[in-house]
Amino acid sequence: MNEILEILEKDARTTPEEIAKLTGMKAQAIKSSIKKDEKDGVILKYKTIINKELIRDERSNVRALIEVKITPKKNVGFDYIAERIYQFPEVSSCYLMSGTYDLLVVVEGKSIHTVSDFVSSKLAPMESVRGTVTHFILKKYKEDGDILRQAKRDKREVISL
Amino acid sequence: MKTSKLVEQIPPSGIRVFFDLVLGMKDVISLGIGEPDFVTPWNVREAAIFSLEEGHTSYTSNKGLFELRQDISRHLDRKYSLDYDPQDEILITVGVSEAFDLALRAIMNKGDKILVPEPYYVSYGPLITLAGGTPVFIRTDSDKAFKITAKDILKHCDKKTKGIVLNYPNNPTGASYTKKELKAISRAVIKRDLIMISDEIYGDLTYDFEHTPFATLPQMKERTIYLNGFSKSYAMTGWRIGYVCAPEKFVSLMTKIHQYTMLCAPIMSQLAAREALKNGEASTQEMKREYRRRRELVVSGLNELGLTCHKPEGAFYAFPSIKSSGLSSMDFAKGLLKEERVALVPGTAFGPSGEGCVRISYASNLSNIKEALVRIQRFLRKR
Repeated sequence: MNEILEILEKDARTTPEEIAKLTGMKAQAIKSSIKKDEKDGVILKYKTIINKELIRDERSNVRALIEVKITPKKNVGFDYIAERIYQFPEVSSCYLMSGTYDLLVVVEGKSIHTVSDFVSSKLAPMESVRGTVTHFILKKYKEDGDILRQAKRDKREVISL
Repeated sequence: MKTSKLVEQIPPSGIRVFFDLVLGMKDVISLGIGEPDFVTPWNVREAAIFSLEEGHTSYTSNKGLFELRQDISRHLDRKYSLDYDPQDEILITVGVSEAFDLALRAIMNKGDKILVPEPYYVSYGPLITLAGGTPVFIRTDSDKAFKITAKDILKHCDKKTKGIVLNYPNNPTGASYTKKELKAISRAVIKRDLIMISDEIYGDLTYDFEHTPFATLPQMKERTIYLNGFSKSYAMTGWRIGYVCAPEKFVSLMTKIHQYTMLCAPIMSQLAAREALKNGEASTQEMKREYRRRRELVVSGLNELGLTCHKPEGAFYAFPSIKSSGLSSMDFAKGLLKEERVALVPGTAFGPSGEGCVRISYASNLSNIKEALVRIQRFLRKR
């Protein structure tokens, strides 16, 4: 991964001019590199990471990890069924796994009921799905490299030589 | 009751007043901190926790755990092809500060002189005095990129000159030396038969060229006391682990003092240091990349504000000139603190040749640095 992407992955709001200062590259070169990565889909989009642990209320979503066992379809393998599953807006992530099950599907819903409804009425009845095991997430500590709590105060002395 | 005349005559730090001012103030953005803003990598912290669970709470041998000395020996061999015997040529100390003190006391007799390039790290002068010697300062300035040359050494030597201290990359200026520049210096060191105390604690934070340990230069290993440690490379300041590598005649004398004053460095810190050497390289490199980016931002930012700043080759300090503000170092630092709540260290803390400059530490995250630059700009506009 190039340095521009490394900087943007840490802080998507860093402007090309700032990246230029940080790296010693020309701002124009950075702009065109970013544009190319956006066009090629290397940069998919810019999002804000929100610590939902801190804004929990009755409207916050619940999340579940669902292990899905599948009978693969001839010729198309797992991709066909994975696509049928990940198209549902309830699905926030979907991975093909090695081990005792095939797909790991992360589902988000308003409540435990909406998630279990989704599993029982949409996911489980699919022809190729042989079985599901649903795990609800109780508390998130760290997600995608970010620890979900307020940054700790700098503990160093204010000045030292 | 009378107390030590020697200690009494050491002047109190000239910037104590400024420090007290800083400590009494709230919501300060500090660019005045001489230690990494990263916490020690988790694997290292975890190794220390595990060592406690295992009940490693005893003394170690005076020189430090043999395994750690072995690890250091291998590390230096791998990294610099530098060959030190872990049995007789390596000593683990409580930070480089202790190592520096030991080195001075091991080599000096009353009245000996030690050359110290200025601006210098605050403890050098007083420790030389305490060891019964006299520091001889070699002034450097921004025109010379804060570096000394062989000529400077020859000019400042007399028959009482015992050795020289070189700290590169340098605190406070960030200046470092290329291999070529060091070679030139080494010729003067031979010519005057000096002992080199080489403080290379920031060696891993060298950005523009490969760091060259002084002891790797021809004929230098036999007269170099190489000081290094874990504080800066692995963000381990609070662990207090440094080390000395030097010929046996130096190490055995230093060990004598160390065993009576310190006994040994803390065992849990030594075990943590082993983990740092084993699995810490990736963290060091990641921190270095981050410091380097901040350096670019700080140096270009300061120069844009008219605070001329030579590009530091290493460490995490910039040492810009503040002469364009028309203020002295101390007034600049005080004014900036009072009006804009940005803390930095006046250059005079590091000797009189630091007048006209301030030390800015970029061991602080990018948003702090950006905000500090905005505030400095606002401060300068009012002048």
